[in-house]
Formats: sequence, structure tokens, C-alpha cells
Amino acid sequence: MNARILAATTGRILRQLRHDRRTIALLVVVPAVLLTLVYFMYADQPTPPGQPTTFDRVALVMLGIFPFVIMFLVTSIAMLRERTSGTLERLLTTPLGKLDLLFGYGIAFGLAAAVQAAVAAAVAYWIFDLETAGGIGLVIGIAVLDAVLGVALGLLCSAFARTEFQAVQFLPVVVIPQLLLCGLFVARDQMAGWLQALSDAFPLSYAIEALQEVGAHAEPTGRMWRDVAVVFGAVVLALVLAAATLRRRSG
Amino acid sequence: MDDAIAVRDLVVDRGGRRVLDGISCRVPRGAVTGLLGPSGSGKTTFMRAVVGVQLVSGGTVTVLGQPAGTPALRHRVGYLTQAPSVYADLTVRENARYFAALYGRGRVEADRAISDVGLAEAAGQLVGTLSGGQRSRASLACALVGEPELVILDEPTVGQDPVLRADLWARFHAMAAAGTTLLVSSHVMDEAARCDQLLLIRQGRLIADDSPAAIRAAAGVDDLDEAFLRLIRAGEAAATSTDATAARETA
Repeated sequence: MNARILAATTGRILRQLRHDRRTIALLVVVPAVLLTLVYFMYADQPTPPGQPTTFDRVALVMLGIFPFVIMFLVTSIAMLRERTSGTLERLLTTPLGKLDLLFGYGIAFGLAAAVQAAVAAAVAYWIFDLETAGGIGLVIGIAVLDAVLGVALGLLCSAFARTEFQAVQFLPVVVIPQLLLCGLFVARDQMAGWLQALSDAFPLSYAIEALQEVGAHAEPTGRMWRDVAVVFGAVVLALVLAAATLRRRSG
Repeated sequence: MDDAIAVRDLVVDRGGRRVLDGISCRVPRGAVTGLLGPSGSGKTTFMRAVVGVQLVSGGTVTVLGQPAGTPALRHRVGYLTQAPSVYADLTVRENARYFAALYGRGRVEADRAISDVGLAEAAGQLVGTLSGGQRSRASLACALVGEPELVILDEPTVGQDPVLRADLWARFHAMAAAGTTLLVSSHVMDEAARCDQLLLIRQGRLIADDSPAAIRAAAGVDDLDEAFLRLIRAGEAAATSTDATAARETA
């Protein structure tokens, strides 16, 4: 890796994003609109005494899930475009290192996700009165980490897609099982043993647990830090595997 | 060590078909070498082998004294792919600056590369809004911006206006005069006369490797198109008589 090339690549990806105003608008607005839907869905649901409201429970998890899913999709398509436009092959003939490209995507989309998460969290906390024991800063930080996880998995999966149709199919394959088993629908300790094992193997489960820890405790807990470390490790592993699938020579 | 490129017995198979069949040749430094041949003759595959992105079945390719594809060569070799590979959602200037940064060059070099290909007035325009000819010149600017010692250009003048084409060829010769080695492919024979040295390939085999004057003299005609036709016919006749001799000997 080379700091100058990494910075240039990150800047280039952000510039591409800047020229695409509609995508920026969608990135910023869509999570807030979805949170609004969630708010009104649960507005009339009774809350057992002493428990967080259903909205508080669901919205907190959604703040982590939206950036993960959106960045997974955006990255899969962006990387596939690099492949089909020939720019990827060209980049690999230049001094650029594979990790410069992959970390460039991770950082650029991570920054975009930070803006997205900040707006979504602001809406959740200040318009819909989301209440968490821990601070909003930790929630946004974990949301950005989730986005970077989505980017890393998107980069890895895009290596296995030759067309846009295939790339989009990786959403149901890679993302939806993680959503189903992350503990949002059924608590993880109430699932059958083999489902729990699957859930334990999915990085998103740890990302969601970290958010729930922030929701339940005023101070960062050891479990939260462990979860954050696991997600971070998954990001690095996915990026290194993605680098291994990038071949400079082809047939 | 006077050759920029030395190729020995290069064999490449793609998709079960032999695309290059035992090519041996040398490309001198500080000159414009033309790679001529009809569409499908193996020109692009040959160039990919020189750049080091092609898996080869046999033979060796030595570039600037090192095996093709050596990491250090990525700083010294510029490659223009046949299809323009630049970012359609960036401006010409943003593209040139990005590729400049990969080679450790700055804004001055980027602007110079843009004006060298006659795109100064379109520098602020998104590549996606350019004409096909402009787009391929934007791609050319990105191949030249790193001021490489060896430039591999795959059909750089296709679709260009005749005046611009003459300008580009003048530019190539100016670069060669300054010490740069250029390997330029074309399927248009009138461009062959503009090269210092010619490689003619047909059906994956090297048919001629000489200066335009020597090729004209060998074929006994002034017109290069006609000269190539005679060389091809002579080659086929020789192959047929060899086959006939072999058949007689077997009998």
C-alpha cells in the first residue's frame, strides 16, 4: 500500500460520487424515510413496563442495518463497473496496489456512510425521540463500521459476479440470511442450535449486538468492544480475500 | 540492451484457440514500432503479453530488461487499451489527475497530457458526455500522463479526425525523439508508413518485421498494402510447397 495512491483513489471514488447527485440524495434521505415508516408502524404498539419501546429496539438495529445493506449494494455495482469498463484491468497495469484500490473503496464509502448515519441518527434521536442508554456518537460509529462491513463484503462478492444481474443476486444470498439471523426477529439465544451457530458465524450479528449493548448500557461494555473487534476483523479478512481474488494476469 | 521489448517463441492460447503461435521479435528503443494486422490477428493479445496482463502458454517476453509484468515495470510502462477505459462519471481533468497521481505526477503533467491529445477545451467536461473519438483521446491522455519509458497503444487513432490523427502521430514521433519507445497497433495500412519499424501479424504469426522501406524493397512495390499482400501470398506459397515436399518425402 502507498499513502499517496490510497488518498488519490479515495478522492477519485468520492469525486465520482459527487458527480452523481441523485445517488447522494438517495443515500442521505432513504434511511431517514425508512425510519419514519418504522416509527409510525410501531406508534400504537403497547410497551411492557420497564422495557424499551418497540420503536427504540427496532430503530436502533435499523441504524446499523441500513448502511450495511445500502453500501453492500452500492459497492458491488461500483466494483463491477470497474471490471466491465476496463478501468480495473488498466489500474492493475499501473503502480496501484490491490489493497490501495480496496481500502480506497472502504474509506470513501465509509465517509459517505458517516454522513448517512449521522443524518439517520439525528432523525431517530431528535425527531422520533429514540432513547438509548449509551451515546449517539457510539451508535454512529458502529453504524459506519457496519457500512464498511457492507463495502468489504460487496468488494469480495463482486469478484464472483460477471454481470449486474449476478451481482444483485448476492444481496439475497449474502445479506438477507444475516438480517434474518442477527437477532432482530428472534433473539439469538432463543433460536435452534444450528441457527445460533450460523448466527455466530455471521459478522452482522456482532454488529447488531454491539448496537444493542449501546442501547442497554450507559458506558461502553467489554462485550461491545469485543463485538466491534470481531466486525473489524471480518472487514480486514474480507478485504484481504477480495485482494486475493483480483488477478493481474488473465487468459 | 538496446531493445525495449524482446519476445521469444511467444505462444498464447485463449478459449482453447491458439491466438499467438510462436512469435519472436524485438522492438527498438526510442522509435515508433507499428503492430499491424487485421482484426482478430492477435494484436491486442500480443500487447497484453507485453504489458504483463496476459497468461501465456509458452515463450518469454522481456520488457526494458525485465520479464513482462514485473512490479517495477508498472512505473515505466503506459498502456492504452483498445476500448477507452476511463471513468465516464468524472471529467477529463479528474481522470487525468487521478492517473497522474498513481504515477506520482501532479496537476501540471495532467494538464499537459490533456492538451497533448487536443482535449484542453473539453478538460472540464464529463467523459460520459464526450464523443467516441474524444473519449479515446481522454483514455490516451491517461496512458501518457505518467511519462512512461515504454508506451503500448492499442489502436489509438481509431475514429479520429484526419487532422487530429496527423497531430497525434507527430506527437508520437516527438516522444520517440525524446527517447520514449512506442508500440502502436493499427489495422489501417496508411498508418504503417508513419512508423519507424513494422511488425505484421496475421493469424497469430509474424509475417514481417522490418522498416517500411525494407518491406517495400523486399516485396518490390511502393504501396505497403500491396507489399503486405505479396508477403502473405509468398508465405502461403512457401508453406504449401513445404507441405508438398513433406508429403512427397512421406510417400
